[in-house]
Amino acid sequence: MKILSINEWLLSFMPAGAASITEMVLIALIYLTVFAVLGLYLVLLERKVAAWFQLRLGPNRVGYKGMFQTLADALKLVSKELTGTVKADKFLYNLAPYFVIITALMALSVFPFTENLQAFDINIGLFFLIAISSIGVIGILLGGWGSNNKFALIGAMRSGVQTISYELSVGLSLLTMVILTGSLQLSEIIEVQKNGWLIVQGHIPAMIAFMIYMISGTAETNRAPFDMVEAESELGAGYHTEYSGMKFAYFFLAEFINMFIIAAIATTVFFGGWLSPFGITESIPFMGIFWFLAKTFVLVFLMMWFRWTFPRLRVDQLLTLEWKYLLPINLVNLVLMAVIVWLNITIQF
Amino acid sequence: MEKVIFYLLAIIMVASAIASVSSRRMLRSVVYLLFVLIGAAGLYFLMDYNFLAAIQLTVYAGGIVVLIIFSVLLIQHIEMELEIAKSSRRWFSALLCLMGLSIFLGTIYSHPFAVAETTSTTTVAEIGRALLSFEKGGFILPFEVISILLLAAMIGAITIAKGGKEIKQEVPESLDIDKILQDAKQQAEEKVMELESSTKN
Repeated sequence: MKILSINEWLLSFMPAGAASITEMVLIALIYLTVFAVLGLYLVLLERKVAAWFQLRLGPNRVGYKGMFQTLADALKLVSKELTGTVKADKFLYNLAPYFVIITALMALSVFPFTENLQAFDINIGLFFLIAISSIGVIGILLGGWGSNNKFALIGAMRSGVQTISYELSVGLSLLTMVILTGSLQLSEIIEVQKNGWLIVQGHIPAMIAFMIYMISGTAETNRAPFDMVEAESELGAGYHTEYSGMKFAYFFLAEFINMFIIAAIATTVFFGGWLSPFGITESIPFMGIFWFLAKTFVLVFLMMWFRWTFPRLRVDQLLTLEWKYLLPINLVNLVLMAVIVWLNITIQF
Repeated sequence: MEKVIFYLLAIIMVASAIASVSSRRMLRSVVYLLFVLIGAAGLYFLMDYNFLAAIQLTVYAGGIVVLIIFSVLLIQHIEMELEIAKSSRRWFSALLCLMGLSIFLGTIYSHPFAVAETTSTTTVAEIGRALLSFEKGGFILPFEVISILLLAAMIGAITIAKGGKEIKQEVPESLDIDKILQDAKQQAEEKVMELESSTKN
């Protein structure tokens, strides 16, 4: 309703074309703001969770209980000098962060935060997300190569290998759920879940798919225990060794936003998106955003829990895990899900 | 609005296509190629053909370009530049390009394009049904043929990666082991002498 009234207000003093462009700019600005705030507070959350796991206090000086710590960090990063190596490929070096951050921002635009709050309800939503996430890795590869540093190059190569391998598992596990929903459109996927969240509807294969999805999603975002891309003890900082200031911040923010995106996809596909549990707040539409974010942050916390619990894998272990375990399990699971949908033994309320 | 977006995309695509073939740094060429491919995906989005656009992004931008980047990463160093071709060759390829372009433009301008009255986006379900339908206009045969081709490629890749039995190292009959040993001994002695003389100095 609110968006509609803004539309009318804009139309009252400008022609239709200009109004639609203004609306696009407004929506883009809102998403950019959400992007920045989300990124900063996810960093803070990570640090708080890390401190909690390690019995420390974590950031607690800037603002109430360290509320503005990451904001201060961001200001510091903005004011920092942008350094670079002399013999780097300047064009690719400067281009690389934008690939990473633009793909993350594009992925954010398709999520239905509530029934009406969705910027871009494309009819191939889930497939669009998979397609977009496959481009982000190019930024990492270019950044690693462009900075003319051997640690960065090794980090970039590792990242490429990892992302290409685990993309398959992410795609296949989501495809398993698509058999159940019969649609790729995110709003319709949530519509289907009004008869029970998909993880309940699809019971056993859905749970297997969820586990595979979380493992490979963590690997796709290059987070521990799959963080050989930037393994501090071996590679300096991996592909962004040579980056400083805001360009480093782009990589850093995009990593956290990608974590949020992975969790948000899981929320949408497995846990009913903005639907409240048992429909307890069905009469209050704006509560949808609360439920969506609550579920997403539980999954984000799960990913942080992984990070501070498991030791890092070696490259060969990583590839063995994907190609010898996850992929075959995934393929069998796909067939199992197809059989369950065919025999109609899903659980529905 | 659509016209503006179309021309923007077209300019980006043409400019990066030219940059892609004229750049002397290999990885930069690949990035320009990526821009061309993403531009094509943008055109599909503009035509409301979302599925093809997403396929373009996953297969070309996400798959093939990443593979090309990988191979460039493995063989190229950052300071290497591609050599400039001989001028006779450049004239020849320019001529070929012009010929191709003229045929292309001739076909486009002589073809009577009909403006579609109604447009509707193709859904994934329709594509799936068409792929598996064996009635008239169905694509079941090409679908199966491609599946078999992919299977063959996969098996081939696995066979190559697995490698055959280890090749036995054959010793040629004319090999005289005593002579080789003697030579080695002589060389070693010479080396020792050299070292000794160098340490004395």
